[in-house]
Amino acid sequence: MNEREKILGRIREALKVKASRPGDHGDGQGTARFTGRPVEGARDWLPPGGDTFEEQAARFQTASTELKTDFRLLNSIEEVRSNLAALSTECGWKTVATHVGELTDQVVPSLGLPVLKTDGGYDVRALEKCDVGITGCDLLVAQTGSVLVTNRSAGGRALSVLPPHHLVLARRTQMVPDLATALQTVQKRYGSDYPSMISFITGPSRTGDIERILVLGAHGPKKLTVLVF
Amino acid sequence: MSSSFQQFLTDATRVAGDIRHRGLMQTALRKYEVARDRKKAAFSDWESARDAAAETKWEAINHLDEHLENLAQKLESRGTKVHWASTAAQAREIILGIIKSKGACSIIKSKAMTAEEIHLNEAMEKAGYEVVESDLGEYIVQLRHEPPYHIVFPAMHLTRDQISELFEKELGSAPTREPEELTMIARRALRSKYITADIGITGANFAIAETGMISITENEGNARLTAALPKTMITLVGLEKILPKMEDLALFLPMLATAGAGQALTCYNTMYGGPRQPGEVDGPEEYHVVLLDNRRTELLADPEQRDALHCIRCGACLNVCPIFRNVGGHTYGTTYSGPIGSVITPHLRGLQEWKHLSASSSLCGACTETCPVKIDLHHHLLHNRRNASASRPSFFERKAYQVFAWVVNRPAIYRIAKQCGRILDPIRRAVQGTVLDPVKPWTKTRDLPPMPEQSFKEWHRNRK
Repeated sequence: MNEREKILGRIREALKVKASRPGDHGDGQGTARFTGRPVEGARDWLPPGGDTFEEQAARFQTASTELKTDFRLLNSIEEVRSNLAALSTECGWKTVATHVGELTDQVVPSLGLPVLKTDGGYDVRALEKCDVGITGCDLLVAQTGSVLVTNRSAGGRALSVLPPHHLVLARRTQMVPDLATALQTVQKRYGSDYPSMISFITGPSRTGDIERILVLGAHGPKKLTVLVF
Repeated sequence: MSSSFQQFLTDATRVAGDIRHRGLMQTALRKYEVARDRKKAAFSDWESARDAAAETKWEAINHLDEHLENLAQKLESRGTKVHWASTAAQAREIILGIIKSKGACSIIKSKAMTAEEIHLNEAMEKAGYEVVESDLGEYIVQLRHEPPYHIVFPAMHLTRDQISELFEKELGSAPTREPEELTMIARRALRSKYITADIGITGANFAIAETGMISITENEGNARLTAALPKTMITLVGLEKILPKMEDLALFLPMLATAGAGQALTCYNTMYGGPRQPGEVDGPEEYHVVLLDNRRTELLADPEQRDALHCIRCGACLNVCPIFRNVGGHTYGTTYSGPIGSVITPHLRGLQEWKHLSASSSLCGACTETCPVKIDLHHHLLHNRRNASASRPSFFERKAYQVFAWVVNRPAIYRIAKQCGRILDPIRRAVQGTVLDPVKPWTKTRDLPPMPEQSFKEWHRNRK
């Protein structure tokens, strides 16, 4: 018998004796105030995400301010290009890392800077030296101000965490109200063929490990910019 | 008295009187409390969310065999190698085996309490490998050759000056009082380690049975990098970390963040479903998941305390515990400290050796009240005390209670005893604290109230 069978055997043996439900102190009166799947009730219990796009954008903005995400709600792809150009000058970008994608392809070339694309492999040291990683994303989550990326929508696993600045491009239609909707959308979108990495990014990288004082850019990006049009 | 009890008493006495430690804990935990309360208030209904989390974990743990089989099958179907380890030694052997077979020399690690539990770093270092902790707090305590102080805040016992001195000594950096600069020193030191590491090791916050995914929650991005750059990735996961469905994360991710660190959501919440898949641009070529039992199945076999396996390791019970706040994390001498550590350590490492942890509690119930998955923590401390004395009764205690029972069942003798007490009380008070004091162990740290002038019975009689 291998370890797998031994462990499963011990579990089955242990579970022969039933445990009482949460909140039940042996009197058969468990709390049992909840049956079913948590996702069904999540919207009633968790912080709300908003019903209309305007409400959702407002929540995303509030969360972003607190998280120190630079969130910009724009009106056209031209505005995205001009914002990007302004950021490039302001931050003094010299090299840009990105990936092939519907939005990145329309925007990044206008910068006129040397570009490293992660598609088809890349040199980690070169990527580490880039000033910014510009990626697409799957969804924006209003409830928490999160960006949902996968290694398919954001040029791999490293592009969104290795450069010191992460810039996300998204369309207004990519906004969803909450985590429950985001997870359900991902499941519907990918079926059983999931990307091997699915990540909710909520603000720039941070730590409070020294005297609980917030410092941005612990290991991941110091800056997170989200441009939505 | 076990040696771990002796150590607990010595350290608790020292730390409880340390003003500097008290200040650090107060600063850290006050900030936490303010943030946590604010984020809890943003929930429409925190209590219902707790009920749902408790029921969901109950379902997961009480069908653990089915969920684990699903998890393993789904992980394997996408090219992940799943290993099963009954003991800490087996888990270490499996991980060292993988490292050896890869001809690896340097290893980058992100935070994993399970790795602390099986003393993985010591084993790897002893075998001659360089292991670097990448979480800032863990990196700091690693440089100090210490275990983490807290499940979630590993370096909460250190001031910025201590950290600056440490970096000056170990990394040759210039002294600074700025947390930001200190963080950047660590960031620079660790960047090259990521790029050159052959193996990345992580822990896990949740294992999703339905889709075969490992979910990792972190703020710094160090686990993201650990899972992106090295060619081989290993995740060590306790088998209780199971969640039935991916969508369950919609509840558990915000609850973990709010209860654990007072955040709406932790910065990076990432699900890994395998090694680099065809058509993907980066990621490890090999992904190994090690499922760890290490006596968790023994805890599972105790239906009364089975819910201790619901724990999501948020650390909330440590933060509110008056004992933890006063004696600190290292005093426990265990991997898991605070109320949850006091409950599970006797199961994981032996009841008689660790029963004192269950006695070191005011039974105030703050832990039970704060637990996001509603583990009945303070009752379990009582269960441990009961089990410990039932399996090895104390001769002295038994005799004392026999004498007590004999006296109180005989009203005449009880009256005499009471009178004697009243006469002798002033004498005992005069010798309090000296070697002549018969209850010195008690009065050393507590007051013994004076005998009242009138007993309840006397008062009742006079009333008529």
